Order: sequence, then structure tokens, then C-alpha cells
Amino acid sequence: MRDAIIGPRAASVSANEPTNLPGVLHAAWLIARKDLAIEFRTRTAFFSSIVFALLGLTIFYFAWDPTAVAAVDIAPGVLWVIFTFSGLLGLQRSFGVEQADGAMDALLAAPVDREAIYLGKALANVLFVAGVQAIALPALALFYSVPLGGVWLPLAGIALLAAVGIVAVGTLFSAMAVNTRLAELLLPMLSLPFFLPIVTAAAQTTARLVAGRPAAEAWPWLRILLGFDLVFVVACAVAFPYTLDE
Amino acid sequence: MTDRTDRTRMDWWLVAAVLAVVAAYARVIWFTPAEATQGLAQKIYYLHLPAALNAYIAFAVVAVTSVVYLWLKDPRADRLAESSAEVGLLFTTVVLTTGPIWGKPVWGTWWTWDARLTLTLFLWFIYAGYLVLRGAVTEPGMRARYSAVLGILGALLIPFIHMSVYLFRTLHPMPIVLKPDRPSLPPEMLQTLMLSFAAFFFTYVVLTRARFGLAVQRAELAMREGSSDGER
Repeated sequence: MRDAIIGPRAASVSANEPTNLPGVLHAAWLIARKDLAIEFRTRTAFFSSIVFALLGLTIFYFAWDPTAVAAVDIAPGVLWVIFTFSGLLGLQRSFGVEQADGAMDALLAAPVDREAIYLGKALANVLFVAGVQAIALPALALFYSVPLGGVWLPLAGIALLAAVGIVAVGTLFSAMAVNTRLAELLLPMLSLPFFLPIVTAAAQTTARLVAGRPAAEAWPWLRILLGFDLVFVVACAVAFPYTLDE
Repeated sequence: MTDRTDRTRMDWWLVAAVLAVVAAYARVIWFTPAEATQGLAQKIYYLHLPAALNAYIAFAVVAVTSVVYLWLKDPRADRLAESSAEVGLLFTTVVLTTGPIWGKPVWGTWWTWDARLTLTLFLWFIYAGYLVLRGAVTEPGMRARYSAVLGILGALLIPFIHMSVYLFRTLHPMPIVLKPDRPSLPPEMLQTLMLSFAAFFFTYVVLTRARFGLAVQRAELAMREGSSDGER
């Protein structure tokens, strides 16, 4: 079964692809590549997410009294709220693109494991969110005069950990929300409570990094982030097949 | 099974539950000593804590019945999860309402971002989302599967919210009943609390039972109308 995971159309995509990857991961990679190809050719969600993030950063700047609080103090919180909301824009689309022409049914008919569909979608979403972050982070440094010079590498690590957590839960809920009557409303409503530990941990760690505090202060927060990623990547991958029709 | 006339008949279990809560509160008001420093304000404790404990029980039932549903695909497990979530949300609302009323005279503030307040607020958000999700899916099988998944993930989320909000400082009194060594509540107060808890637990069971009956009737109605759009 595992060797037959590649359908006729996918076969042409994967012609020059190394096939030594384990079946599930390989299938997941193909699905992620399909989603990224769609996104790359249309660029609608990615572009609007970036504009949304930049707009959000700008509007937040004018939403508090700059003589009372320094921009650099409010920056980590603003950053993580904006990341979360712009991430939701991308997640909304993740299963939305499969709605047209019964594409989801075709995907389910393909002889791949259900977990591979989830992992592929999640992988594409992580790359999507990371792409938005890669542009929003320098923008934050510019707009809020945050000195990111010395800490950009650990900050990128935290951003990636947070993106994995957001996407793990968000991908699953996106798959559920598209089939409901309240699709656009339901995804944030279900996801945001799950994002609280991520946003808190990431914002607290970012604040300590930017303030030049010792790394030991950030460690308890980092542990929450790591634990969340581990638990919810596994739990959501296991739960995903249950959200599909038998 | 129940027929149409059942809906108008009095639910005597519900009457008994109301009487039990009234009796427990009569004891709270007239037969339990007032707390030394908080005075009468502390009387709300016998409402606040039992409601909170029963909300936790209700959400634990949601998690367990969700696992059972995904395992056995028994619609009764789904209906029990739905009923328990709704009653649990009601109890959480009671906790979130009585908390500020107690907090204002005792802490001097209606609300504070204390760890347990935040956790309770997020419990409310999670299960409010759970019920909205149920309302947004029309097909019964899909609704049951979706909500079971959310019921399980919600339970997994609680420890993470707990840990992250505890890293902020907490104002809330530390547990004085459910702690490893003996409870530090005076015996009269402890008895009243136990009685109040029992009355609330009884109310939880009765309300969940009534809600379960409603879920059964709705499913029957949908079946009789014989179409997917007849649901709700």
C-alpha cells in the first residue's frame, strides 16, 4: 500500500524526487508542495497576510500613548498578537482551497494516509506563517525601534516554535471549520483559546530577549512552548482522521 | 421513549434539586458561623466553590464521553457530552459571576488577571466555542465527531493554560479543602460546604439528565422529519 501512495498526477510532480523518505512523510511533502505551488501562483493569501500584519503593526502604534509607554516595551505583545491574527488568515485558506470542485474528496480518494494529509497541510501552513514572520519581524524592528541585531537567531527559533504550535491546532480546526455554517467566525473562536499559552510564552520570551535578560529567565516559558508543540502536533495528527468522513 | 405530553409535565427531579440548593443555602445563611475577617461576604464561598468543582466534573465528563464516542461511536456518549458541556458552562458562568461579587469587598477589585480567574474565563471560552461548534454543524455524525475532537483537545489545553497563567503572580487563596493534608476549614464550615457541594452535584446530575432527554427528543424529531435540515 505504502509504495502505491502516489497517484498519476502526483507521480509527474515527484518524478525527480528522492523516494527514500518514509511513505507518510513523502506523501505529506507532496501535499505541502501542492499547497505551496497554489499559493505561489496566486499569492493572494500570502500577500494579504503580509499587508494585514503591516497594517496591524501600524494601527497598534497609534493605539496607545507614546509618552507613557516606550514603543520597545509594547513591541513584543503587539508582535505576537499580530502574528496570531495574520496566521489565522492563512489557516482559513488551508482547507478553503480544497472546497472548490470537490478537491477535498479527490484528496481523500488518493491512497495516502489521513495523517499525511494533515502533516502536509500543516507543513505548508508553517512555511506560510514563517514567511509572514520573516517580513513582519524586520518591520517591527523598524517601526518600534527594537534592537533585534544580537537576538535575531533565538528570536527566529521562538517564532518557529510558536508557528508550529499555532499551525498544529489551527490546521485541524481549519479542516473542521470549512464544513460548518460559520466557517470564518468559527476558526478564530475555536483557535484563540488554544493560542493563549503560545502567545503568552512567545511574548514573554521575546520581551526578555529584547531586554537582554539572562536566558534562564525565559526557560520556563520556553518549556511551555516546547511541551505545547509536542502534545498538540501528536494529538491533532491523531485526531485529524476523525474529522473526515468515513 | 418519551412522548409529546412529557414536555409539559413537571420534572420532579428538578424540583428536588432546587429544594436541595435552597436547603443548603438556608444552612449557609442561618446555621453556619460567619468568617472572622471577611464577615458575611464569605457566605458566597458555599456557592462559588461547589459551582467551580461541579464545572470541573462536568468538563471531565465531556472529555471522557468524547473519547468514548470516538471509540464506540455510540450516540448516547455524544448526547451526554453535549448535555454535560452545557450544564458545565452554566456552572462556569455562576463561578464567573459570584467571583467578582466576592472579590470586590474582599480583594477590593471586581476583576484581576489572577491565575485561576484567567483559567476559569478560558474554560468558559473553550466550552462556549464547543457549543457554538455544535450549533454550526447540521449533520449529526459529523457534529458528534467534531465536537468529540474539540472536547478532547480542550481537556488537553487546560494544563497548558494553567501553567502559563501561573507563571504570572497569583492573588487567589490557595486551596484549603482539596489539599494533601487535612482541610484547614473549621468543621462547621466544612460540613456546610460538603452539603452545598452535594446539593450542587445533585443539581448537575438532574440538569444533565433533563438536557440529555432534550437531546434524545431532538434526535427523534429529526428522524421523524426524515431530512437533514430538520435537525434543530
